[in-house]
Amino acid sequence: MTNNIVEIDNLSFGYKGRLLHKGINMAFPRGKVVAIMGGSGSGKTTLLRLIGGQIKPSKGQVRVDGAVVHEQDRDGIYNLRRKMGMLFQHGALFTDLNVFENVAFPMRELTDLPETMIRDLVLMKLNAVGLRGAHTLMPAELSGGMARRVALARAVALDPNIIMYDEPFAGLDPISMGVICGLIRSLNDALGATSIIVSHDVKETFLIADYVYFVADGVVAAEGSPHDLMQSTLPFVHQFVHGDKDGPVPFHYPAGNYQSELMQVSAT
Amino acid sequence: MIKSSLLSSIIRTLSGIGHRVTSRIWRLGASARLFYLTIIYSGESFRRFHLTLREIYATGVMSLLIMIVSAFFVGMVLALQGYNILQKYGSSDAIGVFVSLTLVRELGPVITALLFAGRAGTAITAEIGLMKTTEQLSAMEMMAVNPIARVIAPRFWAGVISMPILASLFSMVGILGGYLVAVPLIGVDDGAFWSQMQANVDVRLDIVNGLIKSVVFGVVCTMIALFQGFDAPPTAEGVSRATTRTVVISSLAVLGIDFVLTAFMLAV
Repeated sequence: MTNNIVEIDNLSFGYKGRLLHKGINMAFPRGKVVAIMGGSGSGKTTLLRLIGGQIKPSKGQVRVDGAVVHEQDRDGIYNLRRKMGMLFQHGALFTDLNVFENVAFPMRELTDLPETMIRDLVLMKLNAVGLRGAHTLMPAELSGGMARRVALARAVALDPNIIMYDEPFAGLDPISMGVICGLIRSLNDALGATSIIVSHDVKETFLIADYVYFVADGVVAAEGSPHDLMQSTLPFVHQFVHGDKDGPVPFHYPAGNYQSELMQVSAT
Repeated sequence: MIKSSLLSSIIRTLSGIGHRVTSRIWRLGASARLFYLTIIYSGESFRRFHLTLREIYATGVMSLLIMIVSAFFVGMVLALQGYNILQKYGSSDAIGVFVSLTLVRELGPVITALLFAGRAGTAITAEIGLMKTTEQLSAMEMMAVNPIARVIAPRFWAGVISMPILASLFSMVGILGGYLVAVPLIGVDDGAFWSQMQANVDVRLDIVNGLIKSVVFGVVCTMIALFQGFDAPPTAEGVSRATTRTVVISSLAVLGIDFVLTAFMLAV
């Protein structure tokens, strides 16, 4: 058995004639927290969807626990997904179910556990994210940070081997961000799972990640431990990590000559 | 110069028409595929019939008030108009038959379907569209829970079961409204009203045919609402357009199919 629970081999993916990924290679070792970072639109979330089998690669493959994801039939994909948990960017809580029912959802749908056991498990998961007292609330009554924590409890409801996080820190206040940050690391270690974090928040991600991939222009532009990447002299990594305005990533979207465009508008 | 711009304009127009035609064909195919999958996964959904019961409440029971009020007024108007015509021929006693046949054969199933499209159909489209926009359907898929079995099929069967019940209630309340106008208000003979109705309304030709129509409308209206929600672009504008399309397409489909069914039933 390989030490990597997820492997991405020479993966290319594109749509509408645009190639988003051009031969990406990545490995996600068991028990580690691995981050995928990159600018907006660099295809980070698409990588999670490729790992989850929601879309198929144009070339190359993703292997989860040794199985090639895009070669699986519906049952095979569902069997693989039972090993995964995913935290969506905005939580994706079911709005017609309360907090308790949201966390109980995967247990009720995918297992034959008795209701008394489900109740205990849900309360344990909610206690782990500090929201046991909120189990009767509806998603509309939760703050963004609370919704993200409930979604996290739901993602780990069945103790998955792989937990994927799509922008877990986006739009959170500093306290919620710190709480989520700590929870990702502690849940990963407690469950012995592998965590894949997609994010562009450098500080929080570097705090908990064991290994980081930087994606830019459809390829892995840099990789290494957070410490190595902090010291990196690669222009792209330096600009991203330190948030420099000038660098290989241009501030301006490609456009024509500024002055002549202004003159053109004035003339019309 | 003028020639080439004219040529490019013609090519653009033709390409636009071609794109629209292929897009319509694609959507027709996609809706047929969704219908097929809904039927295939209905077994899974029947195992948890409480989901269907909950949707019957949301689509059927919650539509009762608007149906009953509309039916009452439609019945009263029918009685007024019917009396106005029939008395010219000295057959005002036939008003009971006139009201009941119009409702049972045509207006009951058709108006119920139109109201259903406006009340329940739009709600279904908006709900599923928003579930898609907020990634609830993706979350379900990532949990290895089939959204067609869990979300689409229960709503489909709820619509198919609710429609004939609502149409029957519509006809009953409409007849009651007609009775109240014809007998106490206009002074038509009570016994003539009911006995003529009893003698001239045929169970198979009138009531069963009306029920068959409402079942067909239930399938069509619910499936249109479900597909529009499922296929809606995940944006506020996309959901809004899909909701409008549900009403427009359902209404046209109901009127068109009603003509075909009526022609077929009268021929048989």
